[in-house]
Amino acid sequence: MSAVTVEHLRVVRGGTVVLPDLSCEVRRGSVTGLLGPSGSGKSTLIRSIVGVQRVAAGRIDVLGLAAGTAALRSRVGYMTQAPSVYLDLTLRENLRFFARVFGAPQSAVREAIDRVALGDQADRVVSKMSGGQRSRVSLAAALLGSPELMVLDEPTVGLDPLLRRDLWNLFHELADGGATLLVSSHVMDEADRCDELLLLRDGRVLAQDTPAGIRARTGAGSMDDAFLRLVES
Amino acid sequence: MNTLAVAARVLAQLRRDPRTIVLIVGVPTLLEALLKELFAGRSDVFQHVGAPLLGLFPFVTMFLVTSITMLRERTTGTLERLMASPLRKLDLLAGYGAAFGALAAVQASVVAAITFGALGLDVSGPKPVVTLLAVANAVLGTALGLFVSAFAETEFQAVQFMPAVVLPQIMLSGLFVARSDMATWLRWISDALPLTYAYDALAHTASNTLDGRFAADVAVVCGCILLALALGAATLRRRTA
Repeated sequence: MSAVTVEHLRVVRGGTVVLPDLSCEVRRGSVTGLLGPSGSGKSTLIRSIVGVQRVAAGRIDVLGLAAGTAALRSRVGYMTQAPSVYLDLTLRENLRFFARVFGAPQSAVREAIDRVALGDQADRVVSKMSGGQRSRVSLAAALLGSPELMVLDEPTVGLDPLLRRDLWNLFHELADGGATLLVSSHVMDEADRCDELLLLRDGRVLAQDTPAGIRARTGAGSMDDAFLRLVES
Repeated sequence: MNTLAVAARVLAQLRRDPRTIVLIVGVPTLLEALLKELFAGRSDVFQHVGAPLLGLFPFVTMFLVTSITMLRERTTGTLERLMASPLRKLDLLAGYGAAFGALAAVQASVVAAITFGALGLDVSGPKPVVTLLAVANAVLGTALGLFVSAFAETEFQAVQFMPAVVLPQIMLSGLFVARSDMATWLRWISDALPLTYAYDALAHTASNTLDGRFAADVAVVCGCILLALALGAATLRRRTA
């Protein structure tokens, strides 16, 4: 059962073809890693799935509905790559606002703050926070109300290893609770933290498989090597 | 209800920036005082220009503040998050209108109290009407600011829209040169600009001629607010390139 099905997606941005003809699936209840170098089209694919990207052709099915359908907007959580929160508000003020917008109960605010381990920063203005903390504020906003599908664009960039491990554990907890997570990263060593991988390069899917499956297929030890072998084959 | 959520959020952001609030209230007050001193020998000029300026300041302020705030929403990605959320576009626009309308009410009340009180400006018509018109003009400024912010990619560009969109309207409104003295083609342009009606309504209040023409002016200003909001909504796209 797929949470997301993408068929022959074509996206052109500013006269450049970013995704020529992309098809892939995200299994329901999985933590799927969207991996690829910067500029490979990860964010564009994510934006297309969330329904904020103008697409030239193709079909995207999200939770049984066409991507971007109004009914999906409260069922899909979206974390953009740049921290998209209000810098002049506190963490709590930001989340209270987004909770109202998404129709999530105010109790979800406390829960989301705890999930990203920013309990001691709740009343701090976001502009005073570090880059990693801002990114976690943005993540907390995407987790509000535990949406069925969470699409997270590079949520672990710039975080210390301890926090990264905690966040990946959180993602799996959420998936165990029935949610589906699509998490992008340009760091290949995050691959082993995912149930499934979607390797992207130049707007094309290099491979879609489990981490073990990709290793077995390429005979590579590390994911970096696997990526190289897939590109060269 | 989401309109209120947006309005509350915008006001919370403004609360974090007390210096801006001081400027919003202080600058018009200072300019009114300057105007009075400038025409110390000809107090009729201050009496003639003071009230219309009082009513037009909030338009200028809110136009600028809104276009920058909205541009920030676009560039920081918060707008993208909102466009992926269940928030209706109308709630977003109306929330902005409500928040800046409230701010304008504070601005207009304080500036009016000082100008009518300490500076001794007098109008023949009811003074609260001047304040109410100022709030309406502020909402018009907000609506126009929301609309034009879609055409600015940077804050430098957004700031330039102020002289481009606002100054010609003030010049042609009848404040500097009576509309009857304008060349015909200039008057035609003046006829098409919303601030002309905003100014006319203020002038009618100052001379206490709250007649059918005044009612028509107010109707045009309100119509322009709705039109600008509709145009603003049209520039908000769920999907972008």
